[in-house]
Amino acid sequence: MNYIGSSVLRIEDRPLLTGEGRFAADLSLPDQLQMRVVRSSVAHGRLVEIDTSDALALDGVEAVWTHQDVQDIPPIDFRMAWVDGLEPFRQPILAAGITRYVGEPLAVVLAEDPYLAEDAAELVYVEYEDLQPVVDPYQPEPGEAVETTLVEKGYGDLEEAFEGAAEIVEMELRVGRHTGVPMETRGAQAWYDPLRSVVEMFGAAKVPHHNRAAIASMLGLPLGSVLLREGHVGGGFGIRGELYPEDVLVCLAALRLGRPIRWIEDRKEHLLAANHSRDQVHRIRAAVDRDGWIRGVDDECWVDQGAYLRTHQVTVTELTTSLLPGPYVWPAYRSRAHVMLSNKTPCGTYRAPGRFETTFVRERLIDLISDRLEMDSVGVRRRNLIPADQMPFHREIEALGTEVTYDSGDYHLLLDRTLEFLDYEDLTAALARRRSEGEVVGLGMGFFVEKSGLGPFDGVRVTVDEAGEVVVTTGVASVGQGVETVLAQVCADTLGVEAESVRVRHGQTDEIAYGMGAFASRVTVMSGSATLLAAGQVRERALETASGMLEAAPQDLTIDRGRVFVQGSPDGPSVMLGEVAARLRPGQAEGTPGLTAEGWFEVDHMTYPYGIHCAVVRVDPESGEVTVERFVVAYEIGRAVNPKLVEGQIAGGAAQGIGGALLEDFAYDESGQPLTSSFMDYLMPTVVEVPEVEVLLCEDAPSPLNPLGVKGAGEGGITAAGAAIANAVADALGGSEEVSCLPLSPERVRRIARSLPRP
Amino acid sequence: MGVQYYNPACMKPASFDYLAPRSLEEALDYLAEHGYEAKVLAGGQSLVPAMNFRLARPAVLVDINPLSELDYLEETDHRLRIGTLVRHSTFEKPVCQGPTGRLLAMAARHVGHWPIRVRGTFGGSLAHADPAAEWCVIARLLDADLVTRSSSGGRHIPAEMFFQTVFTTALEPDELLLEARLPLLSSDTKVGFQQFSRRAGDFALAMVAVAFQIEEGKVMNPRIALGGVSDRPLRAPEAEQMIEGADPGDPSFRAAAETAAREIEAIGDIHGSASYRRDLVRALTRRAFEQAITIS
Repeated sequence: MNYIGSSVLRIEDRPLLTGEGRFAADLSLPDQLQMRVVRSSVAHGRLVEIDTSDALALDGVEAVWTHQDVQDIPPIDFRMAWVDGLEPFRQPILAAGITRYVGEPLAVVLAEDPYLAEDAAELVYVEYEDLQPVVDPYQPEPGEAVETTLVEKGYGDLEEAFEGAAEIVEMELRVGRHTGVPMETRGAQAWYDPLRSVVEMFGAAKVPHHNRAAIASMLGLPLGSVLLREGHVGGGFGIRGELYPEDVLVCLAALRLGRPIRWIEDRKEHLLAANHSRDQVHRIRAAVDRDGWIRGVDDECWVDQGAYLRTHQVTVTELTTSLLPGPYVWPAYRSRAHVMLSNKTPCGTYRAPGRFETTFVRERLIDLISDRLEMDSVGVRRRNLIPADQMPFHREIEALGTEVTYDSGDYHLLLDRTLEFLDYEDLTAALARRRSEGEVVGLGMGFFVEKSGLGPFDGVRVTVDEAGEVVVTTGVASVGQGVETVLAQVCADTLGVEAESVRVRHGQTDEIAYGMGAFASRVTVMSGSATLLAAGQVRERALETASGMLEAAPQDLTIDRGRVFVQGSPDGPSVMLGEVAARLRPGQAEGTPGLTAEGWFEVDHMTYPYGIHCAVVRVDPESGEVTVERFVVAYEIGRAVNPKLVEGQIAGGAAQGIGGALLEDFAYDESGQPLTSSFMDYLMPTVVEVPEVEVLLCEDAPSPLNPLGVKGAGEGGITAAGAAIANAVADALGGSEEVSCLPLSPERVRRIARSLPRP
Repeated sequence: MGVQYYNPACMKPASFDYLAPRSLEEALDYLAEHGYEAKVLAGGQSLVPAMNFRLARPAVLVDINPLSELDYLEETDHRLRIGTLVRHSTFEKPVCQGPTGRLLAMAARHVGHWPIRVRGTFGGSLAHADPAAEWCVIARLLDADLVTRSSSGGRHIPAEMFFQTVFTTALEPDELLLEARLPLLSSDTKVGFQQFSRRAGDFALAMVAVAFQIEEGKVMNPRIALGGVSDRPLRAPEAEQMIEGADPGDPSFRAAAETAAREIEAIGDIHGSASYRRDLVRALTRRAFEQAITIS
């Protein structure tokens, strides 16, 4: 049976579809207290006094804490750190003396029920001394905004590139402030278990093992005294599952008060408190030859991190500066990124961090270069793409502590396949015809290189019990992306069992010692490969053991649907894997008992999938409304373990990308008040705004870096959405240079359209 | 110095008393008793979210949903009488023959989303007085007669007087909006309704409703009402005056649209500045006229 490569139905869906999901809020414990966070209503202020006495006087309020009560707890540390000396910018779990954004936790209320907790939170009296807020840190006056660090990356001789250029093309581009908005808001419940003397927290996601270590360290506990549990998770997108103040506070409260503590985030809270992302301004210059060859690119950018550096530190900036060149050769390149603080919600990574932004910047630049040189933009792309014979391609830049080496790829082939899929000639002719009839329509393209499979390791344990049930235990997490199905497919093929019979356990820190987690499109690459290794070892052990039972050489045996028999004789003597496992009981087994093995997969380099997004848009020049008529994603994935799941990932990503391109933006007024803190104003795309996403899935360039040949699929659906839609809008509006800012709200588009000559 | 007097992330209402009257009289008594402390709960599609955000904190909710006698539609005396509890979705198919029913159906499909339309009420929407509410614009367009009742009597308020500013009407705290009376427009009346919102179902950044007749080839009795652009639904009197007696067609529609865009005092917010809203009024007014002569 070949499960790998087939669109097996998701094995994890049954409980979800039958209403048996166990999300963060689905757990309720006897005697629990509800936690409510008192959040700052000002963007920047010195805390003069926080008086909790009125809140404490309410019947049913157990405790109210401010920073004073938690000052022994250190700030939340970086999970990933790339620059030294940034520790002063970490966030305390409750504001220490100064509040720096609307929504910052100032105090927590612990009370008998959530309504009471919210009433009490209102009674916490806070007095501030107003401080000047920084809302737009891009061109700050000296002394106004804090530049935490400058990240600079580059290679080649930029001076020479610009000196000899026939044309210099310059642009300023801006990407709004977006975030991943999972359907399930965050939640954390903690309780102390005296039997094992551990504090347990339910509601972990993404990186349970890391967060366990961080919580243990912050609370001064041994690692074994903290246990994190992941339930069902209703979407992550990078922002969910990082360590936030609330996760630490519930554990601390459970320990101190000796009662279970429950905190469930409200949607409004989520939009103020969970990581934001994007929010970049780029000033980019390209030195080009007359024939469209790009000699060099010089970029300066400002990344608005918000009020604190959270667990990702400057990860987004790292990725921005190292991956901006994308699929092009660019002999000389430099990016200087100012990592700025402001009085807004702190930022982290959100699906395709740094790539959504830089793909927009780069691909708009390519279209502008094409317009300037009066060349076809497809031709300019083709001219500058890295040729297949230069693979693996060394960028001479480091990202996230690894060398950027594109492992494999044929970019020109993907471009050709995409044009063929689009029926490019016919499509452009049809659009030209519609334009001549007065319609304002355009086609836009964005080429991108993704990164995936971030190491350095992940591990899996595969165990077959005496009933023949196969359990795959992994340290990665599931945020709903299909981990269980994919790992079951890999295990089933390798071991010789049915995928439906494989159980996958994940996100429980007491079931496996190490785990890196679910981010950076790494799970299928890393845990898929580890599963292959572990299941391979179990198979070997099973064949060796069965060899004695069947009196045949191990190399003559095979396993199919859990039955071991001599190859070619399916009707001959056989044993089931459960029987083999029984033979490996302690005392009977030679060597270590049990039919089980661990596989650890380690890598030094990431693998780089790539793709092209194409959008066809129609613009109403009178209202500025942009309608996406077609959205096509061509994606090179190396090998798709489950094509249907990959298509689902891509379609979901594309929907989010269309949101970021046209609708979503966290706006603030000049005093730092958020203006978009509910779904009435933070506009998520709905089924009406998102067309059916057409996917061209390619498997032309398998990765040489892992035994499955796979590249990650988690992010490529979103990466070039902003680029493709902006290029399409610019195309519709006659190649306007003013299309330089996401999201392309109707007012922005209207402003551009009204400045154009009327047809 | 400042003092925090609210928590910026509220999503559970402050505590309130809930009253479910069994008759209109009882409801009116409750309103008389509690005055400004009380809010009437009809469909709750605006009130309940506002309470969850703690933007509204009524001490008492008077739930009129059990009063099924307030859910009626009647045609009498050239008027359509709409009981205050009629749900939005009722209007998706014309509730009466002729242009009035057609216009209500045109507007109904823009009211929020399906779950909102099956629960929210006509009267609740008028009493809430969101300037971007479709029913408020229709009421203003057709000079609705709004019938109210309190324990001390009843009165009729013309739509022009009813809508005062954002979320504010001429209703007294003890007064219940009982019924809206719309004229049954003559069958030769042309009607159009256009709006623009960021996404399907969002509050409109601008909306325009028009109604007019064509007599001897000229536009007669034109009405133009605008929503979503100011603090209350507005008429565009200068535009109405300018198109009265004009030849229907692109030039006069454009001229009226231009005038409407110029004469209003638009209000801006994060989704659209005042000048952008004027642009929308210009486009939507012309389109509403075009729609009216094309389909009616």
